[in-house]
Amino acid sequence: MAHEIVPGAEPRAGVKALAVEGLAAGYDSHPALEDVTFAVEPGTIVGVVGPNGAGKSTLFRAILGLVRPWRGSVQVYGHRGHTACRLIGYMPQMEEVDWHFPVTAEDVVMMGRYTRLGPVRRPGPADRQAVQSALEQVGGWDLRQRQIGELSGGQQRRVLIARALAQEPQVLLLDEPVAGLDATAQHQLLGLLDRLRRDGRTVVLSTHDLSCVASSCDLALCLNRTVIAYGPPREVLRDDVLNATFQSHLLVFDAQGRIYVTHRSR
Amino acid sequence: MFDFFLEPLSFAFMQRALVAVVLVSLVGAVVGTFVIHKGLAFIGDAVAHSSLAGVATAFVLGGNVFLGALAWAVPAAVLMGYVSRRGRLNLDAAIGIVFAGGFALGILIISRVPNYTVDLFSFVFGNVLGVSPGDLAIVAVVALGILLLVGLFFKELLFSAYDPTMAAASGIPVGLVQYALLTMVALTVVVSLKTVGVVLVVALLITPPATAALLARRFPRIMALAAVFGLASAVLGLYLSYYANLASGAAIVLIATGFFLLAFLFAPGRGLLVARRRPPAASPPGAAPTPGAGS
Repeated sequence: MAHEIVPGAEPRAGVKALAVEGLAAGYDSHPALEDVTFAVEPGTIVGVVGPNGAGKSTLFRAILGLVRPWRGSVQVYGHRGHTACRLIGYMPQMEEVDWHFPVTAEDVVMMGRYTRLGPVRRPGPADRQAVQSALEQVGGWDLRQRQIGELSGGQQRRVLIARALAQEPQVLLLDEPVAGLDATAQHQLLGLLDRLRRDGRTVVLSTHDLSCVASSCDLALCLNRTVIAYGPPREVLRDDVLNATFQSHLLVFDAQGRIYVTHRSR
Repeated sequence: MFDFFLEPLSFAFMQRALVAVVLVSLVGAVVGTFVIHKGLAFIGDAVAHSSLAGVATAFVLGGNVFLGALAWAVPAAVLMGYVSRRGRLNLDAAIGIVFAGGFALGILIISRVPNYTVDLFSFVFGNVLGVSPGDLAIVAVVALGILLLVGLFFKELLFSAYDPTMAAASGIPVGLVQYALLTMVALTVVVSLKTVGVVLVVALLITPPATAALLARRFPRIMALAAVFGLASAVLGLYLSYYANLASGAAIVLIATGFFLLAFLFAPGRGLLVARRRPPAASPPGAAPTPGAGS
């Protein structure tokens, strides 16, 4: 897929798509993240796992600069600050979105074009083309004129992903993109992420679905306030690592090359 | 029929009144569409009531009453916005304090004025027929300025209103946009004071957009329809007040309320007395009967 780059923010070859170093962040005086360090190569899908309150959403928000880091740095293709933000497409959690607002799916996706439009300018044909392409990629073009509150949960999620895609970002941050999707929709989404990866894009997603991470992600990042483990799912998703991450007794099964995670019964 | 509309316009005060209500209703509908979807209605009401303090002070000191109202309204709106962003105090409590505090100060000052006049009460209850050329100039400059700003930054205002988190991530200075919106609410309230008065001004911001929200589903269309309802209410109210010698503010607000009731009862697909086109199972949770409105 041909795509122009935001002026002044060309991704540099041979540079990490995302580099987080010594990141600490929190709310008021409560730390949510401490000394988080990891780097992602371009064309990689990273699954961030961890219990509720582990700081997954805070990590995304800190990468975007929505939460000001206390310490540490975030670089996207070697860029920091606003320039870095413009290379990132973000899908927030469903609960953070006002679904009663009178906008259509198409309106929402067009908002993803803002980083390329800048102030005052009106969307042109290239922007409408990008919106159509983004909605088609998630199979949502026929939903374009529906008010967002009228859509089902899975359709709403796809619209949010389309908004992130419309930005034509180098790095996608998806906060729980597969939660609540049925098996077919989940399969379609993972197929889309795979196509993006082959296109050289980088995806960082958070999820509670460990089996999904094992089957579809290149790397797993186990997070609980800090990085517990980071590496290929086959090496990271082990009983000891998961128990350290979730502070709970989990069992990992490897059945015919597929990894399943379950709770240990007492 | 034409005489009905044209004859009153032979009076200069009626020409000024007509221009004033047209401008005020347009800007009220445009700003009000943001107000009802961001839950700012009570901030607008509090700004209006508390600006009585500014009106009374300017009146006593012999200054420009508009400027007095403005000097009070804009800081009041920004202060309430600050409280809501910082969360140091519940917003409804902050609104109540500003609302009552300013209004009480206004009443206190007025009660010390030995011969309070029609001029002062025109700000409390509205008297559009008493708009002076100087008043009209201020109304025109402020109203056209707001319409221009909204036109230029519509994309930024809409994005920040709908999804402040994503808007901030996209590089929009969301804090600035939100304070600008609050300032526009305060300015709209102040220029509307002479038309409908302190007590009723909030209706110009809320009723036409709430009516429109029952009939349209996209933000720009709601705004356009709100402008139509606002204009119709204002012009009809003005003529009603002229011919029947009624208080102009009350007449305008009651006509707007009438439009709202009609829409509430008969809106296609959503009205109280209209059969739903879709079976209940297909309607989204929480979307009936007034999505986003009335908050």
